[in-house]
Amino acid sequence: MTLRHILDGLRWYVREFTGETAYDRYCERHRRNHPYAPVPTRREYEQLRTQHRETHPSSRCC
Amino acid sequence: MPKTTHARPKSIILWTCIALLGAVAWGMVALARGEEISAVWLVAAALGSYAIAYRFYSRFIARRVLKLDDSRATPAERLEDGVDFQPTDRRVLLGHHFAAIAGAGPLVGPVLAAQMGYLPGTIWIVVGVIFAGAVQDMVVLFLSMRRDGKSLGQMAREEIGKVGGAAALIAVFVIMIILLGVLALVVVNALAHSPWGTFSVAMTIPVALFMGFYLQYLRPGRITETSLIGVALLLLAIVGGGWIENSSLADAFTWSPTTLVFCLAGYGFVASVLPVWMLLAPRDYLSTFMKIGTIALLAVGVLVAAPTLQADAVSDFAASGTGPVFAGSLFPFLFITIACGALSGFHSLVASGTTPKLIQKESQVRMIGYGAMLMESFVAVMALIAAAVLDPGLYYAMNAPAGMLGTTAESASQAVAGLGFSITPDQLAAAAKAVEEQTLIARSGGAPTLAVGMSEIFSGVFGGAAMKAFWYHFAIMFEALFILTTVDAGTRVGRFMLQDMLGNVWKPIGRVNWKPGIWITSALVVTAWGYFLYTGATDPLGGINQLFPLFGIANQLLAVVALTVCTTVLVKSGRLRWAWVTAVPLAWVVAVTFTAGWQKIFSDDPRVGFFAQRQKYADSIDAGTVLPPAKIMDDMHTVVTNSTVDGVLIAVFLLLVAIVIVNAAVVCVRTLRSPALLPTTEAPYVASQIEAPVPGHRKELAGARE
Repeated sequence: MTLRHILDGLRWYVREFTGETAYDRYCERHRRNHPYAPVPTRREYEQLRTQHRETHPSSRCC
Repeated sequence: MPKTTHARPKSIILWTCIALLGAVAWGMVALARGEEISAVWLVAAALGSYAIAYRFYSRFIARRVLKLDDSRATPAERLEDGVDFQPTDRRVLLGHHFAAIAGAGPLVGPVLAAQMGYLPGTIWIVVGVIFAGAVQDMVVLFLSMRRDGKSLGQMAREEIGKVGGAAALIAVFVIMIILLGVLALVVVNALAHSPWGTFSVAMTIPVALFMGFYLQYLRPGRITETSLIGVALLLLAIVGGGWIENSSLADAFTWSPTTLVFCLAGYGFVASVLPVWMLLAPRDYLSTFMKIGTIALLAVGVLVAAPTLQADAVSDFAASGTGPVFAGSLFPFLFITIACGALSGFHSLVASGTTPKLIQKESQVRMIGYGAMLMESFVAVMALIAAAVLDPGLYYAMNAPAGMLGTTAESASQAVAGLGFSITPDQLAAAAKAVEEQTLIARSGGAPTLAVGMSEIFSGVFGGAAMKAFWYHFAIMFEALFILTTVDAGTRVGRFMLQDMLGNVWKPIGRVNWKPGIWITSALVVTAWGYFLYTGATDPLGGINQLFPLFGIANQLLAVVALTVCTTVLVKSGRLRWAWVTAVPLAWVVAVTFTAGWQKIFSDDPRVGFFAQRQKYADSIDAGTVLPPAKIMDDMHTVVTNSTVDGVLIAVFLLLVAIVIVNAAVVCVRTLRSPALLPTTEAPYVASQIEAPVPGHRKELAGARE
């Protein structure tokens, strides 16, 4: 395993972990299900996500 | 599931070596007497045990007991909607789940339990997690996954019955209130009269607000970038605290416990009613990054510095039960003092929340449920090490109640000598000066002790003695950050639960977008935990010393509810033969919590029993005398009120949980008598369309598309 592999892996993990890749996945899904509707912009998508968090609180343990 | 293959010789040799290493390490830890032993042995004993338990016991549970089936589609696959349900890479989900279960709990409990010596605590943390804590997390995660991500409360209602379900729901709510109050008290004790700590923790609010606006308006979705900026600002805030401490502004940030109580309650209310993007979400990112970074740092620190343990393996207080940090004998009180890290009921709320909706393959329940809990347990072992590397004299000077220690270095030194340990007033002053605090006397709650221990370990590896104060305040800040994240998330969850419950009585209050409803329920939740926080901060007998047992009992009772649900479902689904896997830890934790609860209610010893304590002070009030540590008659009345509330509360808890257990027992007996299996609420089988992931291949996973 080279350093490049490790860095790539780390970048992949951080992007997945923080949910940064969620937008790309959402767009892909959107294009598949609604091929003719315009894909939401990143800003619109993040607003949707925030809205969702607003009504779905998740517990954090101690 | 892959078919069982015959073990290869290489694998047998490897596991024999791990077993031997673990056994030798346990031998060193348990048998070394008279000489100081290195903390590395403790780490080796824990890691060796975890490896064996994960490899063998969790696999047994996965294959035999739960019969995990990778050909069966998980809810993430069946109900995929890109929002709630989404197959997620197992390593990513492990990270999320770990970040959700681990916080300040595994750091605080073991520090307090160090009063019994490091050995009993370590054994309970390791054995408890293997046979109880990790099992509970894994089985609850499995049950919820098979029920499309239902919550523990819903599962209790559907599997046990209406009465048990309602009792469970109320118990969960009340237990959460206590939990929030006690955790907030840890922050108050850590920040009181510390301008450095108060400034740096207060700064986390503007930092989080900045991150929130940055993410919302400037760079939507750029979480990594924003979090890195946030962490940099946070480190700056810690350094800035040092400047404040030595400037004319120091007085402006020197707050009394009571001031801090009102600030925290106000903060909790604001965080609960503000939009999540402003405060809650960015704080969560910040806390998660800091959490993983600091825990990794601590692990490196312990391994590199390899500190020696100063505490006794088993202290005299373990047998006598007269320790100053928490009263009562080893059984049951050690087992409720260390909850998180060994067995934590609160996890069952997380394991039946978001995580089950994101699991890609059934077999991953093992890694995420069992594995994440082993990781949390390791954090607890490291916290215990951080407390055990301190000189016992300093440990007791920091953790005994203020009423016993007095306020001067001389009085504290005398009180510690009375406990059978020694620390000179000069040493005590020097220890406070090294971390640039005004005093370390009676800084109970666990956080300051852990911070001193961590600064000891870290400064041995990074930066030397000059960095001690920085590391101390770094540790205080990140603990406060965890706890405040738990407090604001918990207040919000509590508000939703309350809205849900009250919505049954009066419809409008249940609406999640009706502003007055949100304000009223948020205020109720904050007032409830704020009450315990206030009584804790002003209790003449020492809030942590009084309330921590309540917290531990509450958390372990939640574990009783969770394990009862698990056992009931195992019996109902025809797995009576394997029901011992959850029934044995259930029996143990019932014995622990009910003994502890019983003693807290009925013990004649006023140090242990709340009502005996109440009686003692009430009699004294009648006689017109003031009993130390109370100083004035008002203190006496405070003690009487607090011990009555605490005693009644424990009785209510025990009653609620007993209702759940009895109701579950009835259901189990009915199942065993009935010729056919009773219906369960498991979602029906649907064949999975996605391939099981191959270890090591990152890019081919579903749900991990780049």
